[in-house]
Amino acid sequence: MTQTLSRLPALTPPAAELPARAEALRAEVREFLSDERAAGAWTPRSDVWLSGWDEDFTRRLAARGWLGMTIPTEYGGHGASPLDRYVVTEELLAAGAPVAAHWVADRQIGPSLLRHGTEAQRRKYLPGIAAGEVYFGIGMSEPDSGSDLASVRSRATKVDGGWSLSGTKVWTSGGHHAHAFFALVRTSPPEEGKRHSGLSQLIVDLRADGVTIRPIPLLTGAHHFNEVVFDDAFVPDDMVLGEVGSGWGQVTGELAFERSGPERFLSTFPLLAALVGELSGADLGPAGRRELGSLVARLWALRRMSLAVAGSLASGQAPELAAAVVKDLGTRFENEIIDAARLLVSVPPDPGAEGGYARLLADAVLHAPGFTLRGGTNEVLRGIVARGLGLR
Amino acid sequence: MTVPVVDPDLVELAASVFADATDDNLWDTLEQTGLARLAVAEDAGGSGGSLLDLAAVLVEAGAAAAWAPLAETDLACRLAATAGLEVPAGPLTFALDAPLSVDRDTVSGTLARVPWGRSAAAVVALGGGSVVVLDPATATVVEGTNVAEEPRDTLTWSSAAATVAAAPDGAAAEFALRAALSRSLLLAGAARGALTRAVGYAGEREQFGRPIGRFQAIQQQLALAAAEVAAGGAAAESAARVVVRDGITAPTAELAVAAAKVRTGQAATEVARVAHQVHGAIGFTREHDLRLTTTRLWAWRDEDGTDGDWAQRIGDLTLAAGADGLWPLVTA
Repeated sequence: MTQTLSRLPALTPPAAELPARAEALRAEVREFLSDERAAGAWTPRSDVWLSGWDEDFTRRLAARGWLGMTIPTEYGGHGASPLDRYVVTEELLAAGAPVAAHWVADRQIGPSLLRHGTEAQRRKYLPGIAAGEVYFGIGMSEPDSGSDLASVRSRATKVDGGWSLSGTKVWTSGGHHAHAFFALVRTSPPEEGKRHSGLSQLIVDLRADGVTIRPIPLLTGAHHFNEVVFDDAFVPDDMVLGEVGSGWGQVTGELAFERSGPERFLSTFPLLAALVGELSGADLGPAGRRELGSLVARLWALRRMSLAVAGSLASGQAPELAAAVVKDLGTRFENEIIDAARLLVSVPPDPGAEGGYARLLADAVLHAPGFTLRGGTNEVLRGIVARGLGLR
Repeated sequence: MTVPVVDPDLVELAASVFADATDDNLWDTLEQTGLARLAVAEDAGGSGGSLLDLAAVLVEAGAAAAWAPLAETDLACRLAATAGLEVPAGPLTFALDAPLSVDRDTVSGTLARVPWGRSAAAVVALGGGSVVVLDPATATVVEGTNVAEEPRDTLTWSSAAATVAAAPDGAAAEFALRAALSRSLLLAGAARGALTRAVGYAGEREQFGRPIGRFQAIQQQLALAAAEVAAGGAAAESAARVVVRDGITAPTAELAVAAAKVRTGQAATEVARVAHQVHGAIGFTREHDLRLTTTRLWAWRDEDGTDGDWAQRIGDLTLAAGADGLWPLVTA
């Protein structure tokens, strides 16, 4: 019994190699991080891109030229390749360094302003982002809009000179520290049968009148998430990102950048490194070495996939399918590290420890639910893959 | 970024040869098209292609469940060449860790589970510091198979004539890696082949009034399998590129090949599971072609070093690197 077989779509871009220049940069970043750790400037932690808010560290990175790397020099950036930025980012995450303050601004706001923003918006924000002085949040999800983002109800009504904003955004990481965020809001009713129409992104000053920020504590009680409520907040016309009504294309066009980066598989890497430390010198039998080796094999493969997507993005492609695959596999891998750590070392997690293995394990366990939710749940990602396979 | 590329025409040629040839005429077609010894030097009777060319063709061979000792012939040619030995024309095979006793140019001993041993023109064996080229026609052959019904034969020679040369230092480690790399590429292809079938079947098979691929439960399973195909494919392709970039004896190549064998082995297990689950009972029958790729996934994950063997190697490398050396190990 034979059937006609059509070819599958490309599930990953061709393998990529980092240029020699990027590897030289890697050595510089490692030396910097080694000095920082030797000086006790911070303690390596898991999930630092959510929880490691350290503005002083961010400014030290900026002083080295490692923020806004891909922003052109005319806007205060460094005109570097996205692959250079990739190297810096993966080194910071692997070290468990506190990168949360600049994370959103550096990863997506800068590139989005370059792609969609007006000249005035670029001049207003990009130099501050590259200097590590201006911090951003994200305003996409709402109380009734999670995976179904097009159902957002926050509404901007046209008023003289701008827009009057009402509604509520949730899960805005770092919103209580950030200066501004991009809010996806409805600027006109959807056209018949086109529910993605009529959405716009507005750049909202989080200190403005009519904007109220309230904490949404994590299950640990830690304050990273916020609710942002707009009560007739005024947003001037010149703070609309790109064209009015183009919000949906903007937010979905950048998902390949958000979903394939090293933060999608390195959130618990510091725990894996600590696990290796615990096991070194111990008498680990063959089964344990296989468990550990299996995990490192998965990490190696994930990184090569992520690099392939980065290479593809750097050449102007938008491999959405491959990016969804990296995030699905990568965020599950972040959980697999926890499973292996628990299997191989008999130390209970301790959220009260200053640092070390027990604390890294506690942070990883308590932050794990977020890994497979943020930036598109894994079930939604698999739906994207299924569509890519032609099943829906 | 200078990344060597493989000619898409070569991949198309290989795919069409594997699709159109029958089991009986595939080897002849491979020889006629120059694919049979694709990455063997021209002055040694090959086509002079690169390892990356071969890698791309092995993926296609795995996807098509090609009935030919393509990887084995390449490895046998390479192994003979490292020792300066000649090999005959035709399909070849190889054996590592060969427990042979060599007395000048006569050889005795038994090689177990030699791939395609019964039909090879020569067996190139590495063991005891020697490379030996043996003729299966002078051996007693006990036929066997792997779970994919590919020949895995036991060959016994008793004071048989052979050509013998000293093996270069490090040949055993090098060829274990080369064999594992080739097997990883075949696995990556077979995983893609099984997924292609499962996706096709999900689009055709109707239950409850619609194609089963319209159900989210099926879509989620196939997406999981697709992720495994992607990871295995990326790992195998990347490993081939690391070997080309750094050389097979580099420490980076050892990790890359070991990781590729582990990751493609893991993918094999998951992809075969999903492909069978999606196919239902028909895929579990002799008459259906799904078994051609899934049985190879089950066979190949345990050949040329199981994923457990190679995972243990990586575990050793990881422990040797230590907590601070892990990240440099992964990124080298």
